[in-house]
Amino acid sequence: MNFVWMVAWRLLREGRFQTALILAGVSIGVGVIVYITAIVSGLQANIIERTLSTQAHVVLRPADIVNQAPLTVPGSVKLADIAKRTQRENTIANWGGIVARVRGMPNVSAVAAMASGPGVAQQGGVRKSVVLMGVELEDYQQVVRLDNKLQAGRLLLPTGTALIGKELAADLGLQPGGRLRVQTATGGSQSVTVGAVLDFGLKDLNKRWVLLPLREAQNLLGFQRDVTEIYVKSERLFEAESLAANLALVTGLTADSWQSSNGQLVTALKSQTASSLMIRVFVTFAVALGIASVLVVSVVQRQREIGILRAMGTPASRILAVFLLQGGLVGLFGSLFGSLLGAVMAEGISRMAKTEDGSPLFPVALDGELFVTTALIATLVGVLAALLPALRAARLDPVVAIRG
Amino acid sequence: MTLEGVKKSYGGGKSPLVEVLHGIELQLVEGEFAALLGPSGSGKSTLLNIMGLLETPTAGELHIAGTATAGLDDAARTALRNRYLGFVFQFHHLLPAFSALENVMMPLFAGQGRVTPQDRQRAAMLLQRVGLADHAAKRPVQLSGGQQQRVAIVRALMNRPRLVLADEPTGNLDTQTADEVFALLHELNREDGTTFLIVTHDQRLADGCPRQIRLLDGRLQPDGLLSPAPSASGR
Repeated sequence: MNFVWMVAWRLLREGRFQTALILAGVSIGVGVIVYITAIVSGLQANIIERTLSTQAHVVLRPADIVNQAPLTVPGSVKLADIAKRTQRENTIANWGGIVARVRGMPNVSAVAAMASGPGVAQQGGVRKSVVLMGVELEDYQQVVRLDNKLQAGRLLLPTGTALIGKELAADLGLQPGGRLRVQTATGGSQSVTVGAVLDFGLKDLNKRWVLLPLREAQNLLGFQRDVTEIYVKSERLFEAESLAANLALVTGLTADSWQSSNGQLVTALKSQTASSLMIRVFVTFAVALGIASVLVVSVVQRQREIGILRAMGTPASRILAVFLLQGGLVGLFGSLFGSLLGAVMAEGISRMAKTEDGSPLFPVALDGELFVTTALIATLVGVLAALLPALRAARLDPVVAIRG
Repeated sequence: MTLEGVKKSYGGGKSPLVEVLHGIELQLVEGEFAALLGPSGSGKSTLLNIMGLLETPTAGELHIAGTATAGLDDAARTALRNRYLGFVFQFHHLLPAFSALENVMMPLFAGQGRVTPQDRQRAAMLLQRVGLADHAAKRPVQLSGGQQQRVAIVRALMNRPRLVLADEPTGNLDTQTADEVFALLHELNREDGTTFLIVTHDQRLADGCPRQIRLLDGRLQPDGLLSPAPSASGR
């Protein structure tokens, strides 16, 4: 048995009340950290998932057509101001090659082409303005999940069918199997059968989105064989921005990541992360101070014993190690209890607080990594917090210490 | 152990400088059993602390087992303490968190960082020698005063020290127990040849020691048995 371990352990065991107190302090601190982390990361994951459930991680669009900058000669006078041009029917041609190329790039998990444009849906004299979105259903589902949005009907999109949002279905009094007419501004018009009614999670989308087979949308909108957007799903969600930059470079198209399309959300998530980090840092400080103060008291109380150990020839470094180890042990065990406490609290609130549809109001993300990291940090913080008391113990003059 | 012209002063700077020891010349011979006598304030404790390498002299030199100790750092002095010296304190000063056996092993444990089964056996043997074999697993608080002091004495012997320094080892014991403890010290001295220096107030117990060293106002008094150092009467 090692001297340092044995003495550290005995001193902790002997100072029962203090040890219990300090363990409780560390446990509560770690519990709060685990709880906050679980709730915040759970919430964030949930918000991102909800937001991205109808969005691609990266959307490729045709590059903007811009006017060539007029040549200016130094000293010349500008006589006309040229207005920015409209992006009229700007589509992506030869997209098959681009899609194949994007598919082969790293960090890309799925790609889907889309031809979309404005249109009108009409049925029984009611006309609603909609967005016509032509997709290859299989590709599209790889990027945007639909199976969890299906309300009625079947997720199939053969020629002559359409998938519509539930608000539109209600407005037009439609059910799967019902028929509606879609028209476009360019004069295209076609009658289609409702294949399925979907709930996209947002009222606006439910009112406007009409999914059509790609070929039919291209015809209706007059795009011939072109598409307007290419949806890309990234393997690593948070690397979408670098992927977008990469894609723009490779394809020559404009690439927007989900972060740039959801600026406010990203800002909100960042400030939430920052504030939860602040809480964690301050709780960690409080825990460290707690450990330090209890150990300082313990050093003072055990002054005489430390003096005796020193007198009989214990090296100062060994005394130092004894108290550092006590700090580390308190941190480690405290973090184990604390992780348990935090997990129970987080699970508890996630079970108790439910939204109307029965899903948890506070979804929690508890993973092993969180516990391992917490235990490591807590142990380290324990050792660091013990540094001052341990130095104090190691520097005790045995003569003074024994005299008391 | 030899002390040459050892002086110790306290204070200095703003507080007045007080010299407690005025040049001590002293030699302890291997196997000796000596009593150190002196009234309170005579500098006994300071002398003992210096001999125990717990305090450094202001001037003079202290040799222990042939090693000069002036200028050694704390780690070196700690190592010397661990190897050559044993301590018995007035109040047993056993560690309450450890059993009697563990307390006995502690000097070895503290010095080496670990103990072997042989060390454990030696500790048990030492306890048996002072009649405490049955109390090995007990904590200090479960032992009587005399038993505690006996554990403290064999603890001082654990590392086979050359010199055991005892600071009023019988100070808080009743007369009969004090006599028993003193007899034990004599016995250990005779049987193992360990050198003992015992600080005591008790003239009756000191009379039983072959050598009596008297300290008065920081100076050694001639003791008549072994010749005191020549400069004992002056600086």
